[in-house]
Amino acid sequence: MKGLKKKIDSVKPHFEEGGKFSKLHSVFDGFYTFLFTPNETSRSGVHIHDANDSKRTMIIVVLALLPCCLFGMWNVGLQHALATGDTNHGLFHLFFYGFWAVLPQILTAYIVGLGIEFIIAQIRGHEIQEGFLVSGLLIPMICPVSTPCWMLAVAVAFAVIFAKEVFGGTGYNFLNVALVTRAFLFFAYPSQMSGDNVFVSLGEMASIDGYSGATPLGQLASASGQVEVLGVTGSPLSFSDIFLGLYPGSWGETSTLCILIGLAILFATGMASWKITISAVVGGFFMALLANNFATPLYPVTYLSPVEQLCLGGFAFAVVFMATDPVTACRTEIGKYIYGFLIGAIAIIIRCYNTGYPEGAMLAVLLMNCFAPLIDYCVVNANINRRLKRASVKN
Amino acid sequence: MAEKIRIKKGLDIPVAGMPSSRVTDDTATTLFAVCPDDFPGPIWKAAVKAGDTVAAGDTLLIDKASGEICLASPVSGTVEEVHRGERRHIEFISVKGNAASSELKAGPARSAEEIRKAILSSGLWAMMRQRPYDIVPDPNVAPRDIFVTAFNSAPLAPELLDSSLAPYLEKGLQALAKLTSGKVYLGIRPGSGITSKSAEVYEFDGPHPAGNVGVQIAAVKPVNKGETVWTLDAATAARIGMLCADGILNYHTVVAVTGEGVNDPHLVKTTMGASIDTLIGGMLKTGQSLRIISGNVLTGVRVHTNGFLRYPYRQITVIEEGDHADEFMGWASLDPGKFSVKRSFPAFLRGLSKPYKFDSRIKGGHRAMILSGEYDKVFPFDIYPEYLLKAIIAGDIDRMEKLGIYEVAPEDFALPEFVDTSKIELQKIVREGLDNLRKELS
Repeated sequence: MKGLKKKIDSVKPHFEEGGKFSKLHSVFDGFYTFLFTPNETSRSGVHIHDANDSKRTMIIVVLALLPCCLFGMWNVGLQHALATGDTNHGLFHLFFYGFWAVLPQILTAYIVGLGIEFIIAQIRGHEIQEGFLVSGLLIPMICPVSTPCWMLAVAVAFAVIFAKEVFGGTGYNFLNVALVTRAFLFFAYPSQMSGDNVFVSLGEMASIDGYSGATPLGQLASASGQVEVLGVTGSPLSFSDIFLGLYPGSWGETSTLCILIGLAILFATGMASWKITISAVVGGFFMALLANNFATPLYPVTYLSPVEQLCLGGFAFAVVFMATDPVTACRTEIGKYIYGFLIGAIAIIIRCYNTGYPEGAMLAVLLMNCFAPLIDYCVVNANINRRLKRASVKN
Repeated sequence: MAEKIRIKKGLDIPVAGMPSSRVTDDTATTLFAVCPDDFPGPIWKAAVKAGDTVAAGDTLLIDKASGEICLASPVSGTVEEVHRGERRHIEFISVKGNAASSELKAGPARSAEEIRKAILSSGLWAMMRQRPYDIVPDPNVAPRDIFVTAFNSAPLAPELLDSSLAPYLEKGLQALAKLTSGKVYLGIRPGSGITSKSAEVYEFDGPHPAGNVGVQIAAVKPVNKGETVWTLDAATAARIGMLCADGILNYHTVVAVTGEGVNDPHLVKTTMGASIDTLIGGMLKTGQSLRIISGNVLTGVRVHTNGFLRYPYRQITVIEEGDHADEFMGWASLDPGKFSVKRSFPAFLRGLSKPYKFDSRIKGGHRAMILSGEYDKVFPFDIYPEYLLKAIIAGDIDRMEKLGIYEVAPEDFALPEFVDTSKIELQKIVREGLDNLRKELS
């Protein structure tokens, strides 16, 4: 590696101020620090540092997303095969169908998002921040498989610029960038983002008889009374199908099993706050139980059992990967319990009682993103009041 | 019976290079110095010039504002240099002398006023600190209480009291008790066997920073707005005891020379302000780029071989600088020798029992605060560190006060700075915050 380092060091002056490629400084620096950990030593304060840095943190989250991502690709292939009557269910056949179907989306998200980050880092003279490594993968995973790339590009550009960079970049944003992208898509292009025909990739092929591409929650939202949720072929979905994620939906978020594997990685490495996830699950379960207790044909989703509610749609994915985004969540430990609980509860409320929008998990997280500073404010104020009470000098 | 307090938050960083209990005498050093930057608060003015003859305990620097606080020469000899940096700022005053001459007989001090004067003129006053602001105490402000810590929990830190000082601790506490209308509190490690009649004794169990006096104050009786407390370590208290009871000024110190960068880490008996070159020159490992730290790895000061042992004069740590490590894709490393409190590195399987080799790299890039709750895990105060830091950065004095800036010193933020994923210089921020606050409110 010494040779490579030498080679890169020899071209480095070109990218520094006054060099012929100085406009690409941030790009060069981004790749340089990706390849070689900076040799910078501490100048003030502590002389030694913990080995964990922001790159490591982000890469662990990406690692935790991989099971969902890989499964999602396979499931795109499976839903395609089921919908078109393709009897070849070979692992690689299905996986690669899905892989090629979603790859353009992943590339679009990364190229547009990172491109904007590189430009802004260059303008501001900052280092490239790694936050988008995670967002860039999250964004396609929470979108329907048939989302056109140009829409995705517009949404990503909007979210990165207006939800993050105008506030100062990673660490300063108050809304989750991936969710803003999703919300932008949903409200800007509602017909392409919901309905029965966007969650299954048919390719150029015709669908079989009895095919329905509606997601389970979509079916319930448009039903009246208690109905069974069906797969794409029209046969009912069993609980294990739901748990494993063998149904159409935003392609990265269907499998509760894979989300649990991701969760295990996040918890084992301590990268996500268990306080948020656990309290969100408790909040969701509690609200689903309540809804189920007062189930009414007017709102068919209320007939789902609490466990089904937690496993279906984007709930599990949102509470594990979205709610735990440390920048946009509550930052106080007590606040995290409140924040998580309300996300869980509100997600189920939206899902059950707003038939116009079949899935509420993502909106619940966005809503609570807005309220997180308020919750923190109250928690910190309690601390301030404790201190004021103790003091003899008041002012 | 001492009341027991368990400090739950914190971290004992397993740094390699623990010193053995062997003590050697430093007979080589003849150059000693006092660095006024180690004593924030007063405005220091040189009281001597190069070539002057001084005795141990004679004033080298004096506080312009109070005219009372002194920094004293640790040895008898001749002033070698009044070294000035930019804008004639005094960086150090060095004295050529003999370590053996670092004791002086004065008369004992009995009354509160005598004790105060004796401590001020001996230079021991400057070795105390006050909260708020973490500065040398203002002699005109009576403290609410005085807090003394009898142990040091920082990485590789030695015992505070050696056998020559230990018998004088009680006398020191007695003397200090006369300087406050409140109480003197003594924080000890469980099982240390230290008792006191003049002070209220608390046992602090738990990881670093349990030995930091700020943590002990927070657990016993936090500092509020409008209050001042003095803090010092047991070694200084014992020196005060020696001075007030027997009239002996003692500038000797036992320094733990620690860290991976020295051969045979052990204790060295020397005098405050000893020249690094002669003190540890022979012990340094060769063939490596080394960082010499006077103090511990968390709060110490970086010095070079031509530098001097710095306040609080009890530890030197030498680690590898690491500035030529050129680590390939360090963020993907599976090296079990890399220490992290996060479990994202395989080192967590290895645990804290086996020491780790550290270098001085920051191991990442500077970022905004991203992860939450990192600081809280190693910050045993009823304070929200992140919010306090943000108030300091924003220069919002009202909010700093409300969030508890009067209770903290930069050293309390050393562990948060160590664990920080975003590599922010927290101690520097807090120091600047305290200085600004003092300037604004004075």
